[in-house]
Amino acid sequence: MSTDYNNLKSLIENNKELKIDKIELMHDNLILFSSTDNLIYNINILKRDNNFKFRQLIDILGIDYPQKEKRFEVVYLFLSHEKNFRISLKINIDEHEIVPTLTNIFPSANWQEREVFDMFGIKFADHPDLRRILTDYEFEGYPLRKDFPLTGYKEVRYSAEYQKVIYEPVKLAQDYRDFDFESPWKGSEYIKKAQDKANES
Amino acid sequence: MSKQKKTMNLNFGPQHPAAHGVLRLILELDGEMVERADPHIGLLHRGTEKLIEHKTYTQAIPYFDRLDYVAPMNQEHAFALAVEKLVSIEVPLRAQYIRVIFCEIGRILSHILNITTQALDVGALTPALWGFEEREKLMVFYERVSGSRLHANYFRPGGVHIDLPVGLAEDIYKFCEDFPKVIDDLETLLTDNRIFKQRNVDIGIISKQEALDHGFSGVMLRGSGVPWDLRKSNPYECYNEFNFRIPVGKNGDCYDRYLCRIEEMRESILIMTQALKKIPKGPVMTQDTKIGPPKRNDMKMSMEALINHFKLYTEGYHVTQGEIYSAVEAPKGEFGVYLVADGSNKPYRCKIKAPGFAHLQAMNYMIKGHMLADVPAILGSMDIVFGEVDR
Repeated sequence: MSTDYNNLKSLIENNKELKIDKIELMHDNLILFSSTDNLIYNINILKRDNNFKFRQLIDILGIDYPQKEKRFEVVYLFLSHEKNFRISLKINIDEHEIVPTLTNIFPSANWQEREVFDMFGIKFADHPDLRRILTDYEFEGYPLRKDFPLTGYKEVRYSAEYQKVIYEPVKLAQDYRDFDFESPWKGSEYIKKAQDKANES
Repeated sequence: MSKQKKTMNLNFGPQHPAAHGVLRLILELDGEMVERADPHIGLLHRGTEKLIEHKTYTQAIPYFDRLDYVAPMNQEHAFALAVEKLVSIEVPLRAQYIRVIFCEIGRILSHILNITTQALDVGALTPALWGFEEREKLMVFYERVSGSRLHANYFRPGGVHIDLPVGLAEDIYKFCEDFPKVIDDLETLLTDNRIFKQRNVDIGIISKQEALDHGFSGVMLRGSGVPWDLRKSNPYECYNEFNFRIPVGKNGDCYDRYLCRIEEMRESILIMTQALKKIPKGPVMTQDTKIGPPKRNDMKMSMEALINHFKLYTEGYHVTQGEIYSAVEAPKGEFGVYLVADGSNKPYRCKIKAPGFAHLQAMNYMIKGHMLADVPAILGSMDIVFGEVDR
């Protein structure tokens, strides 16, 4: 398999039309890096060119690296049935950048982009219907960002008093325990913090 | 005066027996004709991807059982394959065979459920009763091998948790001998049934090109005549050692998809019989002690084994930095995991690609111009399970 992907890699490197910044190949996962401006252009070539024929968009996903200057990565996964190849196309964007939509090229991008928007707050230009998709109707925040807490901010329950479902700030009966087993002799982060506080006062 | 067209909005679900879970459909009707369907999903969203980011690799596996809960082990398989590729370990052959057998059991579990509930949606009760009896037997196999009927947590990166208990292989073989008769019985009820055909033939037609554009996979793609099956095209595990065929539909309607599923069950039985005949002896978990736990016996005597066991089940193993997409042919289509590892003991990001998500997305496209009564028929033939669509 890996020789096949080496062939594909050289095919892409030798293609004069494609505007790819960087190519990475690891474990049969070929990742192309593109700029946001060239995204649509590159995808059109990958879809039409007889050497590639990536005619199915498998998925779109976001990855959040809060420490980086350009915070988000958006990864597009393509599949070519004819050539039996998979490829990932990656773009780097910051929080305020807007990504062009793929819905005109692949109808299946519609919900996938909605999901990325829902989970990361990445906006897509000219998307026909950019609403939240998986979260609740009046949800606030972007759950898959790394700075969003695992417990969320609001919890929901039925209130007998108001006779309806109400939202309240999350109240945990017990602290969320995030064990750090990597260095058991040092103790977990939240214990260390408590100890530091005790030492200070 | 011109005649004004007036459409009616109808709310279908989220609590409706034909919604196959918690789907809310907003239908725009012109008389009895559906003009537009807007599926509202996410009512079963549990934040699986976020949770996995906070768990070790071993702790992440049970979440995969809870995605498509009618074929749990197929999902675990995709995750196990992704981790194995990242840490580059070989899975022992016996474990590969066991995985194949249980993946095919999962496929049959899912297809029985889908075929019989699709029949139920269009008015036939008996297939569901007959089919669920067989599902019960299969779930007992799950229970015997993993301890639970549904949420197995059986496949692990590096192999499977424990070996088959004594006698299970023979019992599965016995099942494989009996089950084709049950498929025949189901077919006598449905395949030539006039009502079933009236409700399904030429309903929800989707062409080859449309299926590709909408990101279909699995039976939805094969029903439209695209011979694409990951077990054949990218044989993962030991699928290239078995003889089996890929059933392909002609018209891409609900009836063809039903026929594909029936034939796939027969092929699954074939694969299982071949696997049970050829299954070799040997270990079922990788011998690499970085990933695989030490044997119970060793732990009684060896301090290192005990420490290793303790570290594996508390800290877990560290996965080398990298990104990988691995996909398996789950009963519903291509189920994939895009795993981003940062070298720690927890996944940095784990994106789950569920086949049902793409299929349900095309609901609006497929339902346009059909009658209201066709909504459950099309929905049934799509094989939607909300555990995986909503994640």
